[in-house]
Amino acid sequence: MSEDAVDADAVHHVADLARVALTESEAERFEAQFGDILGYFDSLDEVPEIERESDLVNVMRPDEQRPSLNQDEALDNAAETEDGYFKGPRVS
Amino acid sequence: MSTEYNAFITETTIEPTSEGPLSGRTVAVKDNISTADVRTTCGSAMLEEYVPSYDATVVERLTAAGATIVGKANMDEFGMGGTTETSAFGPTENPRAPGRVAGGSSGGSAAAVAGGKADLALGTDTGGSIRNPAAFCGVVGLKPTYGLVSRYGLIAYANSLEQIGPIAPTVEETAMLLDVIAGPDENDATTHQNGTDADYAAAADGNVDGMTVGVLESLRDGADDRVVDAFDDAVAELEAQGATVVEIELDSIDHALAAYYVIAMSEASSNLARFDGVRYGVSGGYEGDWNEAFAMSREKGFGEEVKRRILLGTYALSAGYHEKYYKKAQDARAWVKQDFDAAFEKADVLASPTMPVLPPEIGDSLDDPLQLYQIDANTVPVNLANLPAISVPAGRADGSPVGVQLVGPAFDEHRLIRAASALE
Repeated sequence: MSEDAVDADAVHHVADLARVALTESEAERFEAQFGDILGYFDSLDEVPEIERESDLVNVMRPDEQRPSLNQDEALDNAAETEDGYFKGPRVS
Repeated sequence: MSTEYNAFITETTIEPTSEGPLSGRTVAVKDNISTADVRTTCGSAMLEEYVPSYDATVVERLTAAGATIVGKANMDEFGMGGTTETSAFGPTENPRAPGRVAGGSSGGSAAAVAGGKADLALGTDTGGSIRNPAAFCGVVGLKPTYGLVSRYGLIAYANSLEQIGPIAPTVEETAMLLDVIAGPDENDATTHQNGTDADYAAAADGNVDGMTVGVLESLRDGADDRVVDAFDDAVAELEAQGATVVEIELDSIDHALAAYYVIAMSEASSNLARFDGVRYGVSGGYEGDWNEAFAMSREKGFGEEVKRRILLGTYALSAGYHEKYYKKAQDARAWVKQDFDAAFEKADVLASPTMPVLPPEIGDSLDDPLQLYQIDANTVPVNLANLPAISVPAGRADGSPVGVQLVGPAFDEHRLIRAASALE
């Protein structure tokens, strides 16, 4: 986007991908700001390829049943529930 | 403002569960750390009414150590900001520099301590969010080595970078609080065995005789002259107490900030996908299908900085741009880590101003996000390299506190605490 211009369509496209609706004034501000910010990120082009030594190790534990939230606790913060389930909007 | 300095989003009392080293002490806990039955908002309208059903591990450790939790501290929304002005609950004011920001994103935690509203506080630090407000408010703040403190119950923003850590009036009290929260946790597989019975508080003996302090020259040179003067005085003080001072250049450091923001925003775009208004979060009961209702709920619940970072993170991870931004940022991260490893062959601790600027006036710095991102330049390299760092007060400039940052090798918090205590 930094090499290409950041236009309103690009902002709306990425907002759709991220599932975030925007007001028109937000979209306008983002259009200008994203050009600046992504332009700044372009400095990463100067970073050499680095040989990475991974110091990561897998941490495993026995696969045993443990207590977790019960159904009521899991639903505590939901705006809408039905028969002990989350109730969401229609899928399509 | 609901509380003095607007330091707290929720004032409450969570009683200790037993006696311990923190008996009689009050603690403010940043509002992105889960407290059972006490709302935990992350400074966001999205979670204004969210009440966790369990405690974060650090909260259990605090109350088991005798602490009384007195409130959930104000913060930049989801930790995204450097001034605690992006909070949906209004900005926190700096108790030590009236009219100015407290710093961020743990601004409420630092202000609670600086203003005497809590003896101690917990903050979180993803790119400097403990050290920044500690410097601006004239208190001590420590970002632990990645893996030293459990993140279980911390509402994630950028989980490969962030750590919970202590804020306190003195280095010794900071270390004492670290002693309580550090150590492995079976609920967080990224925690390390280090930190068990470490006795960090004992390291606050002020003895820097024979220690080598490496000054990070480019970070010093990039700071406001008034900040540099206070910083130089602090370095001279360490020298007077027997430390040797050397200059250190890190070639990678100019690329750390861009790398940090690409990684943090990418992780944020993924972590914040859970806020859908169905399981928790604001739900408008909107018309439309899942995607439309989800997008409207997030439009309503998230503030502008959060949306900005989710969108930029989504962009950086999207097809065609992943190689250009995210992969390059990971290369820069590895480079920064190698540079720090090499620097610790020449110096025991590294020093720089914590913040390159003095605290701005409330409302002064919000308009240009890129400019605001740049105030994190001195603190983010440490998070990229997973190292520990501490900010300790170094006097004042033009009426505002100035902080010195000391950086140490991984899991050597003792060394940092020792050096920092020599500056008190």
